[in-house]
Amino acid sequence: MSAVFTPEMKQTHTILIPDMLPIHFGLIMEIFRNNGYKMELLTTSTRSVVDEGLKHVHNDTCYPALLVIGQFIDALKSGKYDVNKVALLISQTGGGCRASNYIHLLRKALDEEFPQIPVLSLNFSGLEKDSGFKITAGMFLQMLYAVLYGDLMMSLYNTCRAYELNKGDSKAVLDKWRKKIAELFRNGGYRKTKKLYREILADFSQIKRTKEKKVRVGIVGEIYVKYSPLANNHLEDFLISEGCEPVVPAFLDFCLYCAVNTVNDGKIYNFSTKATKLFGIAYKLIYSMQKQMIKIVREHGEFDPPHDFEDLRTYADKYMHQGVKMGEGWLIPAEMAALAHGGVENIICTQPFGCLPNHIVAKGMSRVIKEAFPQANIVAVDYDPGATRVNQENRIKLMLANARKEI
Amino acid sequence: MNKIFSLGIDVGSTTVKTVILDEAGNIIRSRYQRHFSKVRETVEEQLSEIAEEYSGCGFRLSITGSAGLGLANASGLPFVQEVFGAFIAVKNSYPDADVVIELGGEDAKIIFLTGGVEQRMNGSCAGGTGAFIDQMATLLGITTDELDRLALNAEKLYPIASRCGVFAKSDIQPLLNQGAKREDIAASIFQAVVDQTVSGLAQGREIKGKVLFLGGPLSFQKGLRKAFVNTLKLSDENAVFPENAPCFMAYGCALHAKDTCEPMPIDEITERLKNAEMKDDIITGQPLFGSKEEYESFVARHRQFDLKYADINNYAGEAYLGIDAGSTTTKLVLITPKGELLYQHYCSSMGRPLDIISSKLKDIYALTEDRVKIVSSAVTGYGEDLIKAGLGIDHGIVETVAHYKAASFFEPDVDFIIDIGGQDIKCFKIKNKAIDSIMLNEACSSGCGSFIQTFALAMGYDIAEFSQLGLFAERPVDLGSRCTVFMNSSVKQAQKDGASVEDISAGLSSSIIKNAVYKVIRAKSVDELGKHIVVQGGTFLNDAVLRSFELELGRNVVRPAIAGLMGAFGCALYAMEHKGEKSSIITAEQLEDFTYSAKQRTCGGCTAHCNLTVISFGDKTNGRKFISGNRCEKGAGIALTEEKLCLYDYKYNRLLSVTNEKPSSPKAKVGIPLCLGFYEQLPFWHRVFTDLGFEVIVSEESSRDIYYKGQHTIPSDTVCYPAKLAHGHILSLLERGADFIFYPCESYNIDEGQSDNHYNCPVVAYYPELLKANVNELNDENFLYPYIDINLEKHFAEVMSKSLAKYGVTKKDAKAVWSKGMEALRDYSRDLIAKGEEIIKKARERKMPIIVLAGRPYHIDPEINHGIQKLITGLGLAVITEDSVSHLADTPELTVLNQWTYHSRLYRAATYVTTQPDMQLVQLVSFGCGIDAITTDEVRSILESGGKLYTQLKIDEINNLGAAKIRLRSLVAAMAVD
Repeated sequence: MSAVFTPEMKQTHTILIPDMLPIHFGLIMEIFRNNGYKMELLTTSTRSVVDEGLKHVHNDTCYPALLVIGQFIDALKSGKYDVNKVALLISQTGGGCRASNYIHLLRKALDEEFPQIPVLSLNFSGLEKDSGFKITAGMFLQMLYAVLYGDLMMSLYNTCRAYELNKGDSKAVLDKWRKKIAELFRNGGYRKTKKLYREILADFSQIKRTKEKKVRVGIVGEIYVKYSPLANNHLEDFLISEGCEPVVPAFLDFCLYCAVNTVNDGKIYNFSTKATKLFGIAYKLIYSMQKQMIKIVREHGEFDPPHDFEDLRTYADKYMHQGVKMGEGWLIPAEMAALAHGGVENIICTQPFGCLPNHIVAKGMSRVIKEAFPQANIVAVDYDPGATRVNQENRIKLMLANARKEI
Repeated sequence: MNKIFSLGIDVGSTTVKTVILDEAGNIIRSRYQRHFSKVRETVEEQLSEIAEEYSGCGFRLSITGSAGLGLANASGLPFVQEVFGAFIAVKNSYPDADVVIELGGEDAKIIFLTGGVEQRMNGSCAGGTGAFIDQMATLLGITTDELDRLALNAEKLYPIASRCGVFAKSDIQPLLNQGAKREDIAASIFQAVVDQTVSGLAQGREIKGKVLFLGGPLSFQKGLRKAFVNTLKLSDENAVFPENAPCFMAYGCALHAKDTCEPMPIDEITERLKNAEMKDDIITGQPLFGSKEEYESFVARHRQFDLKYADINNYAGEAYLGIDAGSTTTKLVLITPKGELLYQHYCSSMGRPLDIISSKLKDIYALTEDRVKIVSSAVTGYGEDLIKAGLGIDHGIVETVAHYKAASFFEPDVDFIIDIGGQDIKCFKIKNKAIDSIMLNEACSSGCGSFIQTFALAMGYDIAEFSQLGLFAERPVDLGSRCTVFMNSSVKQAQKDGASVEDISAGLSSSIIKNAVYKVIRAKSVDELGKHIVVQGGTFLNDAVLRSFELELGRNVVRPAIAGLMGAFGCALYAMEHKGEKSSIITAEQLEDFTYSAKQRTCGGCTAHCNLTVISFGDKTNGRKFISGNRCEKGAGIALTEEKLCLYDYKYNRLLSVTNEKPSSPKAKVGIPLCLGFYEQLPFWHRVFTDLGFEVIVSEESSRDIYYKGQHTIPSDTVCYPAKLAHGHILSLLERGADFIFYPCESYNIDEGQSDNHYNCPVVAYYPELLKANVNELNDENFLYPYIDINLEKHFAEVMSKSLAKYGVTKKDAKAVWSKGMEALRDYSRDLIAKGEEIIKKARERKMPIIVLAGRPYHIDPEINHGIQKLITGLGLAVITEDSVSHLADTPELTVLNQWTYHSRLYRAATYVTTQPDMQLVQLVSFGCGIDAITTDEVRSILESGGKLYTQLKIDEINNLGAAKIRLRSLVAAMAVD
């Protein structure tokens, strides 16, 4: 059995976390720090990350596992950390996809060289209960706020920097707010969402932007590859450099998707447990918070609000049963439809090479979505240690060439 | 600027094309030139020609092509995506075209013009069309033109995997070695390209109407054209091959420039290109050698491992012959009883191993006159059976045995051997002087060795020269390690980014090694491998490869000077140990008259329909025949003497037998596709529906034709073959007149109480969703796919009554049949277990080892398992299934999350096998099964910690069993030692 994270380690150990969503995770880390944990976000992206991944996990395992594990091991070998005073944190969703096994693959990979390092699971479905790493209800709530602020900032930042007249303006506003929200998590005040959303919106809307029409490109896909710049070869930056506006759906939708799946399970299979009830309550709470944000963005009027999750569910029902709950499941076709419906007709579906659920929910659904939205341009891009960037970019460029024709 | 022209430059992965238009848009000049990876030089050369011819003129210019992208970015010149460029050109020249198919060196593209414009490119896994044809020609030792000529004279087509170049190559290699006609192989290669394009790119959209064919391969290769036209059933007027096809993209690009770009003086263009700073994002590694001295001491260290030589021209006495008829190369040695080397030969098989070996044997007879007597001989490798039969070789041995024999000659304490040949990477651990475990590469990572050779040739170097170049490369490029298709595309990218040949040579060496270390060996530390490592195989003669291996391991290894001949040398040693009274080898006189001819035929012995190659040897002594391509004795014309002990066949028949029962006056006909989960749940559903008063119709049994039937509706080309077959089954059911098809989505499988959860994999669980979305004929009326967890009676009753309300099925009815269905499922399982016990008992009476061939329920489908169980029984073993023994053990402690029902059985079956001395487990894995990336490591560790061998057979649409045979024979050889 691998090393256990004891309560004492909270003082002595630094917890390393992989970087999936730079803005969100930065805030979440802050919450852990405020609760007495030492934590650090890994941002390495050297080739040795991939090499360590190839060395330590089965090469047919999906790319996210390979990258996350490679990044951890690369960090442990870098000499930057005292390997006796380090723990690793990895998320775990617990569904029928391979992803629930990442934590086990990580432990296996550590087994030989770093058996002393505890691996912590970040999950909300009761897996791995016995560790000394506890997420209290208060922390959970704070993390929820972090996701909300993260989503808003990510979306406004992408929208503004695509059109900014002075390069760097959007980044400056983003940095200002990252710092400010982090402070509010430390000193209190982060719950004044209405006021803060309005201030953030106001600040971003101050940025001088061109009126030029640009191609808007939606990004959907497997959760890690969709968001992590390390995994998707800095897709958002690439799209900006191509003169497009990247439209990245909110991370909160994935959280809601996970919550609602448990509720759905109860409905589909006729049962009711503590979990279905609890997730039912959580879903309602989180959804109401999303509604609040949507309302405020609408009132402000200058930017597109995030998708309404109940709308996403309605979209999903047109193409696929909400019983498809492995991986990103029905959320992917729902997001594709919502994007196309909202006028973002160019969609990149990012997926790890050989991703199992994506056979069904991404490549498998693009035909029906194209039928419903004849103007939609959907391209599936595979990410893998062996896939070349030129190959990926060339496919995206083809999509963009088509899109520009329309403008 | 005097006059203004438009210029399109298309920089592809292998060629540079330029087209110049006058102001009216007429083509006034076009050029097509191979760039041999000297991308910039070639572009500059063409431009300076243009600058000379059109001095002082202005050009509207744009660049296109996969290699043009970087160049355009760096020089700040306009770029147009190549498919888009083609689109413009087509709209201009062929406004009535419906579909455009373009094959290039790297990419394949398709554009649908009518009925909704759509442009598609191949996925990452199916790259390298043109490069693939080049590689195949090299494999046959001919030029692409010759390949084309051969293809036009073909009589027969072999099914060749169309998934990707690597798979196709794995299929072709054994065909060559079996002596299949080169004409037929050539045509089959083209057919594979067509199938890949049609299935991989069209993905459900039909290719019809006027089709335009573009790109280099399609304009130069008539055989390829013919294959396309035949497959798509196009009439002459609907199959258009434009005269300027090779330069078509450049033409489109020039048109684009004409309409959108500002004119620029030609000198400025050349200047900009010259000064373009290429962005340097090549990832590089460490040099192989720090200094000349380091290299010299490395050479000296390896020089010590050499054989002694004896002179064949004056040696007199006994000798032993060893032959290794490998996949790409043929090796032959003759040694003295002291192990001195008398004669050696190493050459490319070029698809004619029999010709090569017989001519070398003649050579030996001529050189030795009558002084030398060949006392005994042995052969190994892909061509073993053929050579043994044709030339009367005494022994045929499995490669692993041959390699171990040879390695222990150089290093008696050897504990780890790695052999990298042209096609395969083989590794084995030696414990207590016996082979302990074997690791072979799977289809995906094969062909690395020959890839480097093909590549060197394409660059205009011979292999020795090419590998020397890499030794002192300063910045070897990182080319990835997934497979040669991916590597090839990485090389292309590196070249575009300006990497030198030296850096690429070193990078390739290191990629091959990484492939071996990361994908085949999969050891976490060097100590796991052993202290005495011997490396062999022709690829290791390359110093750069050898050095990369030592660097990757951080340890010195032994490379015998005859590394490439080790298989043959091992055979010769084996022959020496097993010499008989007299060798049966063909004599010098018989050899004079030795001729043979090959014929193709299809075996009708069973539903497997093996493609047989029948070779008749026309020597005077007798009219012997050799048959290859067969799975079992039937194909070879041998009568069976005793009943085969195989649970697979029983299981398949038992499953299908349930459908014999039908209600007398059925309410309606329900269609059940014989695919995925139904291979286990059919008894349940059959019972349920029959008792509810429905007639159950099952789709026809799987076959290649079933696959083709549904091929055009498959949206994801990397999904597993069992899932791909589902499409054909659905169409088959519709033909059979089912009133509706029933195919439930099941997130959850049967709960056997032995796992953390009881999921299905995502593909098995939700494939009905994909079918509904991609098979046109399906609608809400004729396709029912409710979400059901069959463990839950109440829920089952509710869902079924809702789904079948139209037929008057009530909750009460449904509830009543649930337990009967469950009972039918239990009966089925009980029968399997009982039959399994019977087989085990009989096998033990006959002292026959037992193989648990462990996979998923759907692996009993003959089209999925390709008759592998017959191969195993043919080797004298009994075969049972994982689910006939999994109830005999509890789930062991696992290091992974055990949450899938099917996979959980593997762990228990493996645990049970470790308690049975006469059992071994062979794991069947379908290509693309992501879950098995997790289970295989776990099953391996259960078996190995229980002292068993781990053997994995990866199967796909490929039906060539050569590689499986080697693995199984290696297993048998290792079991014999135990």
